[in-house]
Amino acid sequence: MATESDLSCSGLVRRFGNNAAVDHVSLDVPAGTFFSILGPSGCGKTTLLRLLAGFDKPDEGDIFIRGHRMNEVPPNKRPVNMVFQHLALFPTMSVGDNIGYGLKRKKVPAAERRKRIARVLEQVGLPELENRDPQELSGGQRQRVALARCLVLEPTLLLLDEPLGALDLKLREQMKIELKHLQKQFGTTFVYITHDQSEAMVMSDQVAVMKNGRFEQVAPPEELYRQPATPFVAGFVGDNNRLAGTVVSVADDVAAVRLSDGAVVRGRVASAGLAPGAQAELYIRPESLSFSQTAAGGGSSSLQTRVRTTLFDGANSRVEAESNGQALFARLPQDGTAPALTPDGHLELSWDPDLARVFGASPQ
Amino acid sequence: MRSLTQQPFRAAVLVLVWGWLLFLVLTPNLLVVGASVMTRDPGSFISLPLTLDAYRQLLDPLYLEVFLHSLYMAAMTTLVCLLIGYPFAWALSKVGKRNQVLLIFLLIVPFWTNSLVRTYALKLILATNGLLNNGLMSLGVIDGPMQLLYTEGAVIIGLVYLLLPFMILPLYSVFEDLREDYLRASHDLGAGRLSTFIHVIVPLTLPGVLAGIMLVLLPAMGLFFVPDILGGSRNLLVGNVIKNQFLDARNWPFGAAASILLTLAMAFLMFAHRLSKRRIGEDGV
Repeated sequence: MATESDLSCSGLVRRFGNNAAVDHVSLDVPAGTFFSILGPSGCGKTTLLRLLAGFDKPDEGDIFIRGHRMNEVPPNKRPVNMVFQHLALFPTMSVGDNIGYGLKRKKVPAAERRKRIARVLEQVGLPELENRDPQELSGGQRQRVALARCLVLEPTLLLLDEPLGALDLKLREQMKIELKHLQKQFGTTFVYITHDQSEAMVMSDQVAVMKNGRFEQVAPPEELYRQPATPFVAGFVGDNNRLAGTVVSVADDVAAVRLSDGAVVRGRVASAGLAPGAQAELYIRPESLSFSQTAAGGGSSSLQTRVRTTLFDGANSRVEAESNGQALFARLPQDGTAPALTPDGHLELSWDPDLARVFGASPQ
Repeated sequence: MRSLTQQPFRAAVLVLVWGWLLFLVLTPNLLVVGASVMTRDPGSFISLPLTLDAYRQLLDPLYLEVFLHSLYMAAMTTLVCLLIGYPFAWALSKVGKRNQVLLIFLLIVPFWTNSLVRTYALKLILATNGLLNNGLMSLGVIDGPMQLLYTEGAVIIGLVYLLLPFMILPLYSVFEDLREDYLRASHDLGAGRLSTFIHVIVPLTLPGVLAGIMLVLLPAMGLFFVPDILGGSRNLLVGNVIKNQFLDARNWPFGAAASILLTLAMAFLMFAHRLSKRRIGEDGV
């Protein structure tokens, strides 16, 4: 373990019966990183987090924290703390006692304990709330108390189990930004699990997309968005349009795909082994689609569609169009450059093939 | 707002409930209070003038001793119930759903038999030539029969036997609500098993403990037939005193005063229970 990784796992496996909830997962989280594990429910992310916290043991593989093997170390002896999904603040204790709980277990003297509780409350923006009961606080305040309860122990690693799930939308947006700031401020390595791609994208330095117990791709949010490595990532992270067809030719890393109605569309090859005749899927983001009246022609790929409806949502406004029964969404700029659209009217959508990605068809 | 005359069902239910409370709860209790401040009368049980003699009599060292001994036996019963019931309820909340239903069913089955009959059955087990002594002697554990019946221990065994389910059920309910995440959080924050038990599990299950104590301690002082059958003459409960005053000694004012003492003790316990519940909170997110 020569590298400065706070967390490093190799070949982790956890089976329940014949089903591997975590299936040969390896990961490496450098110190000070906000690392998210993103996946749909049932993908194994919660099991993985439990392995990291020590509530469960891997069947195979190793967990290292700052170079120390953790496999046999119980949760109360690991330099790891966890913010639970429902926070699990002890209702029988005041805010101060909740935060002091871990310090007391470490036998930190009372005077020192009080000082550290006051300081961490200040840091999370809840000064002088020591004597309140957790039940008296708002959702966002409880969230911060749960964080403070862990951070006061100065763990190497902070695990977060979808703690924003219970908050309403507006507060969640606010807490996302706040969590990111707090992580930078404390410099603690965060491992955050979520099924909400927006949470993962906004907060993380690195995101691992998980499916069926495996990591599909580990990358910074922007790379995940622009260069998804698998069709699953392309479909799961952000909005995407999917067009299925057959490869007709591959040249200069650009594949031409014939759709079922005979139209040919083009995009950059994203998976190995795409040859003419193979089943393929082309993914193109709504904001990469332009309306042909304005688009520059040279080398672009285009598709004839029929307008179904326009969906006005401020900066996220979109048009829903249809081609051969397939719905396509395109971003509708609100700066006056969008053409006037009428339902059932004809619309030609075009794109730069470099922005589209072509994968061999996934088994599902 | 619609008036009650427009909601006949609602009105009927309210009348029924209030009528029930008025005639079957409030009136009898007021009669007891009334009786306790009257004078004893050999002919018509009670008569005027009003007096606090009955309450003064409660302070008589003889009765004080009976009360204290009764309280001691009830407290021992409660303690034994708690020591057995707490781990039992905990285990009950941990076994699978199907076993849970079965175990709770088994817990309730004895209620189908009259408790008087069950107490007589216990007598057969504890008797000098009873099942327990004979069994232990044939196993060679003891040489001669032990004196079990007509002891303080027999009364406590009988009370525990009858009252244990009332301790287990409220405890089971708090253990059912005890979220595993609290224990994990405690463990995660550096606490060992003992620390977690003392600082997290006990405080979170305290309302169940208090409810169990309430349901065992006071009834234990009132179940007069248990000492009657198992206890002999020296191990009396407050319940025996009350029963004797009404049925044998014909001293109704004194019996009523003793009843009120028990009721007040119950009210005090309920008040303490309420306080603890407020502290712990309804939901505890």
